Amino acid sequence: MSTDWKSYKPLLVPAIPDLHEIKVYEKNGGYKALKKILSDKKKWNPANVINEVKTANIRGRGGAGFNAGLKWSFMPEPDGKPRYLACNGDESEPGTFKDRKIFEFNPHQFIEGAIIAAYAMQIEVIYVYIRGEYRPFVQKLQKAIDQAYDNGYLGKKIQGSDFSVEMYTHMGAGAYICGEESSLMESLEGKRGYPRVKPPFPAQRGLWGRPTTINNIETLANVPLVINNGAEWYLSIGPSTHPGPVLYGISGHVNRPGVYEYPAGMNIMTLINEVAGGVRGGKKLKALIPGGSSTPPLRADMLDGVSMDSDSLRQAGSMMGTAGMVVLDEDTDMVEVIWRISYFYDHESCGQCTPCREGTGWLQKTLRKIMEGNGEMRDLDILLAICHGMEGRTICALADAAAWPVRYSIERFRDEFEKKCKKTVYAVA
Amino acid sequence: MAETYTFDAKDLAEIKKLIEKYPEKQAAVLPVLWYAQDKFGHSDPSVQKLVSETLDVPEAHIRGVVSFYTQYYEKPIGRNVLDVCTCLSCHVSGGYDMLHYLEERLGIKAGETTPDGEFSLQSVECLGACGYAPMLQVTNDKFVNHLTREKIDKLLEDLRAGKEPEFESNPMPQHQKES
Ligand SMILES: Cc1cc2nc3c(=O)[nH]c(=O)nc-3n(C[C@H](O)[C@H](O)[C@H](O)COP(=O)(O)O)c2cc1C
Ligand code: SF4
Repeated sequence: MSTDWKSYKPLLVPAIPDLHEIKVYEKNGGYKALKKILSDKKKWNPANVINEVKTANIRGRGGAGFNAGLKWSFMPEPDGKPRYLACNGDESEPGTFKDRKIFEFNPHQFIEGAIIAAYAMQIEVIYVYIRGEYRPFVQKLQKAIDQAYDNGYLGKKIQGSDFSVEMYTHMGAGAYICGEESSLMESLEGKRGYPRVKPPFPAQRGLWGRPTTINNIETLANVPLVINNGAEWYLSIGPSTHPGPVLYGISGHVNRPGVYEYPAGMNIMTLINEVAGGVRGGKKLKALIPGGSSTPPLRADMLDGVSMDSDSLRQAGSMMGTAGMVVLDEDTDMVEVIWRISYFYDHESCGQCTPCREGTGWLQKTLRKIMEGNGEMRDLDILLAICHGMEGRTICALADAAAWPVRYSIERFRDEFEKKCKKTVYAVA
Repeated sequence: MAETYTFDAKDLAEIKKLIEKYPEKQAAVLPVLWYAQDKFGHSDPSVQKLVSETLDVPEAHIRGVVSFYTQYYEKPIGRNVLDVCTCLSCHVSGGYDMLHYLEERLGIKAGETTPDGEFSLQSVECLGACGYAPMLQVTNDKFVNHLTREKIDKLLEDLRAGKEPEFESNPMPQHQKES
């Protein structure tokens, strides 16, 4: 489905000047989806909205790829007490820099999507959690939210209906872990961001113990598209198992890094060579980290015919993650790259679970030892044993996210690791 | 030498608005800490005490929050804080070179502050500007992207003269092609 990518017109962040201004957004069909729902609430009752979104199969863009409408359907029946939508704009996974495009260039489409989500789940308060490092983007979004209030899309009795919803921004203060949904809720409640044990899931007990749904910013920006054009139309963009437009963040050793919007399921080599202008300096490709630092790196020879959707990437031995693609050229020292990724997870582990707190530290230290030329062959076994001790044994998925890149890199770039370990033996001998 | 800090009536009115966003006062801890740090330049124990009293949340809780999040400064820090990203994409695009160049220029190591209190330098984790590497953030605010030695020289000169960097927009390449 990547044949017609050249004629593709962006849907999440269209190339329209000043689209962040509400008048421009309205002129280009903005808030039409919300009005459509509110003007025919019989046809578009909450259950029907959820069904339409569920049929469209919007896969969560925050990393896990869960069907958004299906997640919404987990919310219990309203009981008259508060329930919440928390929008995840923490965007801290290394290699990921896409949600900020929505905040800067098309914030109203996200706001509209969040309002529709709130309507469908009968929620009256929306929080938008944004990482503290994005202060300028928080300010941009706040401006758009103010405009939405002024124009009757937020607040009491929206567009003259009996539906009311408030939207507040909440700025983080520097902690990757707060992107994990239960840590995000702790942080919103004013605490250290320690992830919660699940179950109970957020839909059962979320913010302040009340039913809560967490969705990524890009996920919600897809919602107006589905309401305006229908689930069938949406399913026709990209593979139906992972449909819709995707913001691909391409960084590392390419000629034209940046965020690009194309249908899901784009061929990886097309993205690297044609969209992003190929590997910098005419060098050869060595590896790709396809969807943020926690997705296992793929060797260049593993990329033939692989496309950016969850099925294809799983078959290839990795994951879609956030579609933040880090391109690495032939001169890249993989041991160094993996050490730096491990250093990140060591720094960001919240420390609640022993396997993660200790494991991330030992991965980082052992990799550093190898990187600095003091490694021994048995360090590779130690690394794999540490990974084994971490995977699936902790409260949240950070430990897995830290272990996978190490495990798969040792498997896929073993000669590079071995060379560094053996070098020491010769040096000593 | 611990200073006492206070919020005036205007501050308290702003803080009241922050508290009203949430069903519980404690939820306002992060925004009120931000408010305090913007006003006082850091979140040291005296500032923590003020926030604790203002929100009626134990000081130990505030201390716990401040020490968990990297952007709250636990003690006074340079007037300009340069946070150089050295994570993944920046790492493979010369992030450490930029950090080391700044160390050389400022005569300090990462984690230190210049004797005149003008600059603090830190090596930080991914800031979400991966396509514009190498980059740094100035005092929890503007991003300065596509760093070169020349760009750093200019930045230091500007900051010394009290000139803050402008917001750098990074349009999507697709948009530029079409317009
Ligand atoms: C360690 C960790 C960090 C995460 N960081 C983010 C993040 O920065 N942004 C995000 O949207 N999701 C992040 N997630 C995923 C969230 O937990 C959650 O699945 C997501 O926000 C749900 O939204 P979606 O279904 O729309 O993708 C993270 C998960 C883990 C385990
Ligand atoms: S896995 Fe790591 S980050 Fe997650 S809760 Fe446990 S210690 Fe914290």
